[in-house]
Amino acid sequence: MRELTYADAIAEALVQGMERDPNVFVCGIGVDDHKGIFGTTRSAFERFGAARVFDVPIAEQALTGVAIGAALMGKRPVVVHARNDFMFLATDQMINLAAKTRYMYGGRLRAPIVVRSIVGKGWGQGATHSQSLQALFGHFPGLQVVMPALPRDAKGLTLAALRSEGPVVILEHRTLYSMKGPVPEAPEITPIGTAAVVREGRDVTVVATSLMVVEAMRAAERLATLGVEVEVVDCRSIRPFDRDSVLTSLAKTGRVVVADTSWVSFGVASEVASVCADEGFRHLRAPVRRIGLADCPAPVSLSLERAFYPDFRTITRECLAVLDRDPELRELESVEDSAFTGPY
Amino acid sequence: MLRVRRIEEGLAELYKEQEMRTPAHFSVGQEAVAVGVCGALERHDVVYSGHRCHAHYLAKGGDLTALVAELYGREAGCARGRGGSVHLTDPEVGLIASSAILAQTIPVAVGSALSFKMDGARRVAVTFFGDGAVDEGVFHESLNWAAVRRLPVVFVCENNLYATHSPLSVRLPAGTEIYKRAAAYRIASERIDGNDLVAVYRGARQAVERCRRGEGPVFLECMTYRWLEHVGPLDDSDRGYRTVAEIAAWKRRDPMTRSARMLVAAKATTREHLAEIESQIQAELSEAVAAARRAPWPDPKDLLLDVF
Repeated sequence: MRELTYADAIAEALVQGMERDPNVFVCGIGVDDHKGIFGTTRSAFERFGAARVFDVPIAEQALTGVAIGAALMGKRPVVVHARNDFMFLATDQMINLAAKTRYMYGGRLRAPIVVRSIVGKGWGQGATHSQSLQALFGHFPGLQVVMPALPRDAKGLTLAALRSEGPVVILEHRTLYSMKGPVPEAPEITPIGTAAVVREGRDVTVVATSLMVVEAMRAAERLATLGVEVEVVDCRSIRPFDRDSVLTSLAKTGRVVVADTSWVSFGVASEVASVCADEGFRHLRAPVRRIGLADCPAPVSLSLERAFYPDFRTITRECLAVLDRDPELRELESVEDSAFTGPY
Repeated sequence: MLRVRRIEEGLAELYKEQEMRTPAHFSVGQEAVAVGVCGALERHDVVYSGHRCHAHYLAKGGDLTALVAELYGREAGCARGRGGSVHLTDPEVGLIASSAILAQTIPVAVGSALSFKMDGARRVAVTFFGDGAVDEGVFHESLNWAAVRRLPVVFVCENNLYATHSPLSVRLPAGTEIYKRAAAYRIASERIDGNDLVAVYRGARQAVERCRRGEGPVFLECMTYRWLEHVGPLDDSDRGYRTVAEIAAWKRRDPMTRSARMLVAAKATTREHLAEIESQIQAELSEAVAAARRAPWPDPKDLLLDVF
């Protein structure tokens, strides 16, 4: 199969989704400029023009309300935020309205908006440009939240979101944008609410989200050299969450490490751990370990950033810990994100 | 207008029985704005409202039985007992949504207008809100949006001088005229006597025509007054946040009495005919209340339906 970057996979999904449905339009700050949201909206703009891909006033709350109002009239707006942190400015519309539209109006209204937003990481982006809001948006019944990790799912989940009857938040990860992988040319959807086993193994399960799936795969390769077989489950959807896939893998390995791109407390890692405890307790052979950001706002300085973000080394250590093995790899080599050199 | 008034008064009376358990914000005293504006609209035009939404719902042609059933929490309610008094909807007649969060539906109306413009449809979106919503940031964001893209939306501010119990003087700098704020966004705007049905209708008519001609949004500030408490069925004139003299002065300008007097003077109707209409309204309301009380409650096994 041909390979595409994660960014190009998203761009292709938008074009194919817009071809299929004339009601789809894309709006957001800078979606039509020469950079086109890291290239993801450029091809749609070139193909469909300013009538369907357009720039907007810098007002996230109104933008989201406008999208809902258009959706109520039959449109399928795609709202794009270059950072998901900007969505805090839109939370009333997202949570008090979009999430509740169907239920609160007795099933008579639908607000099928798609909100694409990007999680930043590293290069000194700091506290307000590198948060990862899956727990926040996953908390409220009515919002679907997806986090593609692989290029094929970046395309497949975007296509699925464009066909959904309800609102979908897509949390993309900036670090993944340049990563390549096989992507079908046909508009194949990845069903929302389904996780995927992206590597099979029998010793320990790593349940991961977004970029942490890639880190988990790196960890799995290194652990394989120590004779440890890691199974990696890519959550793909945060809400609805695919409990069955996690529990099936837990039943197989008996050990779970959860790696998320956000903080552990009150977060997705904790939710997954509680699913394992509630419904998979009899299979657990060790306590579930949770991996996430250090419990502080994101710092800027490189030395602090390195201490702040977990990576494949963290996952490797935690996998060895649940297996009651010493972290034999005392000095794991460092892998920097060489593909990204800033600035944003 | 008579119908809206009598229905709201009737519902307010029934509220005291504690059978309707959803916080209701009555429009008694403010009906001319809803009736005048909706009278200038076509069925395919859409209306959004806020928490004080019963009058807008009824004026746009919303189903009375479904409204009453919603207040009684029944499955037959317009939002099937999930939304309550502040989330009225009747999409078939163009009353799309009302909301309990201040200013929330203002950008939503702008978005519907965007959709109409994209489709080249000659439809208009209207959003009703109070003077309190003008304090919210999204009010300003939405006006700017509509103005930048010249969208067919009519912003209707029902300025009743109070947000809950807070007077304009603590929320806006002295001398602020709300409609001029819209003018600052280059939106055609005017202030109207919101207790004068004909004036409201004329203003709305012009606004709607302007929108249909593709000349961009219009802002109408309609000066009016709330007779009852902010939320609930009671008279709160003894609570001290507004004077008895102020309330009495506004009641002398009752939009319904004024309209009736005008119609009778113009020989468009007679007192006898109005009395006849009154009894029809009472019968219609009694029937709706009886139907709502008979209607089944939502089944708890359906609690989790229609979430995603």
